[in-house]
Amino acid sequence: MATDVHGPVTPGKAASAEALSASPVKDGLRDPAIDPIRDPYGAVVRVEELTRSFGGRAVIDFLDLEIQPGEFVALLGRSGCGKSTLLKILAGLDRDIAGTVLVPRRKAVAFQAPRLMPWKKVWRNVLLGLPGKPDRAAAERALEEVGLAHRADAWPKTLSGGEAQRASLARALVREPDLLLLDEPFGALDALTRIKAQRLVDELWQRRGCAVLLVTHDVEEAVLLADRVLVMDEGAIAYETRIDLPRPRDITDPRFAEIRGQLLERLGVDAPASAA
Amino acid sequence: MSVSHAPPRKSVDISPVSRFEPPELEPIVPSSAGRARVPRWLRRPAGPLLLLVLWQVLSSTGVLTSGILASPGTIAGVGWDLITDGSLPSAMGVSLQRVAIGLLLGTVVGTTLALISGLFRIGEDLVDASVQMLRTVPFVGLIPLFIIWFGIGEAPKVAIITLGVSFPLYLNVYAGIRGVDSQLIEAGESLGLSRWGLVRHVVLPGALPGAMTGLRYSLGIAWLALVFAEQINADAGIGFLMVQARDFLRTDVIVVCLIVYAFLGLFADFVVRTLERLLLQWRPTFTGR
Repeated sequence: MATDVHGPVTPGKAASAEALSASPVKDGLRDPAIDPIRDPYGAVVRVEELTRSFGGRAVIDFLDLEIQPGEFVALLGRSGCGKSTLLKILAGLDRDIAGTVLVPRRKAVAFQAPRLMPWKKVWRNVLLGLPGKPDRAAAERALEEVGLAHRADAWPKTLSGGEAQRASLARALVREPDLLLLDEPFGALDALTRIKAQRLVDELWQRRGCAVLLVTHDVEEAVLLADRVLVMDEGAIAYETRIDLPRPRDITDPRFAEIRGQLLERLGVDAPASAA
Repeated sequence: MSVSHAPPRKSVDISPVSRFEPPELEPIVPSSAGRARVPRWLRRPAGPLLLLVLWQVLSSTGVLTSGILASPGTIAGVGWDLITDGSLPSAMGVSLQRVAIGLLLGTVVGTTLALISGLFRIGEDLVDASVQMLRTVPFVGLIPLFIIWFGIGEAPKVAIITLGVSFPLYLNVYAGIRGVDSQLIEAGESLGLSRWGLVRHVVLPGALPGAMTGLRYSLGIAWLALVFAEQINADAGIGFLMVQARDFLRTDVIVVCLIVYAFLGLFADFVVRTLERLLLQWRPTFTGR
């Protein structure tokens, strides 16, 4: 299961004291390597009063978020609502922030585009950035998990869209993350490949038990996979609903349609009158 | 569910056969069918060979006198003589050495400067403006200055090649570094690559296609610079052979030297092509039909 060792995403310029305020500080000096920050409530992600502005306009405005270990959270929102920015901040790729953000040290991202290095064969892509000298077997195990072991020696240019996305997923999984960040990972896939990829993510999550934050604009996908669905609007979490439908979920289930309708309404799309 | 049918056409007098007469068809031939059966390695030398034949014909019929241009036959004979008496191989050795040293130094200088200004913003501010300014100076114009600085030995010749080679490499490696996909850099960061790791695994491989283009330009310029450098104050090398031939009005020797230059250029191109095939096999690019 997930360990809750946290690394703070420190703001770019602001003093780091604020970022550490959520952690129990025993004395003035604290070495994160020896004395890891732990969330008092055991959360794997804690975001408090997070603000991120682009040129004076707050894209994320006093946002609070908490994710429990092993929880699958989907983040919905209209395009431009700041959901991808939030994911970037959690990934540590955007540090121009104010507020408190605590995330696990071991986290991994899968982007919408697979973003494989075209000059590295698939297995080298999977191992890229791992500390030490990991051997090829580690990459092969991760590729095996996503059903891509036979393409370990291929160049990325020879992969199909679905294969490339699975390779990208293997690259995230090989890091054994406590938090997996998925930024619309199925957005560019065709309908059939998407269904397979969604099932794969569901399986991998159940096997690995890591927390997942899935950013998506597909309401159906969110209801299909998540324990909890968040709707982001005007830079904050505007709505949140827990989904207790049994897994594997069935999109033809009337309760499924009901939740989907509620969420669509929240997103400003009126469900058709005939929907259950 | 009811299916409605179109009413039967009775009044129309044309028969169903003529009404639904199939349209004219045309076969889509496989692309290999239209190709000539001559293999590519045979097709490519055909053009130069035709030129050679034309040249020989013009010489034999007396249109081209030997004072203007020697015939291919004569040139082949002279070339053979120059090879057997050892003067051409030794001249080639000297010239090749100059190009090799100049190319090596120029590659180091150009690539280093490109790395400095490509990787660091401060480096860009300090280096790029100066290089952009200097590169507009025709480097051949610096030969007199180089002779004053470095004397008339090997140094000014190597220096002029180094200078000529540095600029195209600098420009292309720099552009290559700055052209690396920022999404890949972000992906590298998210994978926990260090600064140096990013440079080694993302930036440099991404700049490699640009570097190869730069190398091609550089090789072309290296031979050009060699010709200029060797025609001034040289006592060995292909250029020296040409200057000597000019003094004795030996067009045949001059043409032999030009052919040698051409072959050396071809060889250099072959080397770069091989490098590209080995180093850039990952590239998903259009390779021609």
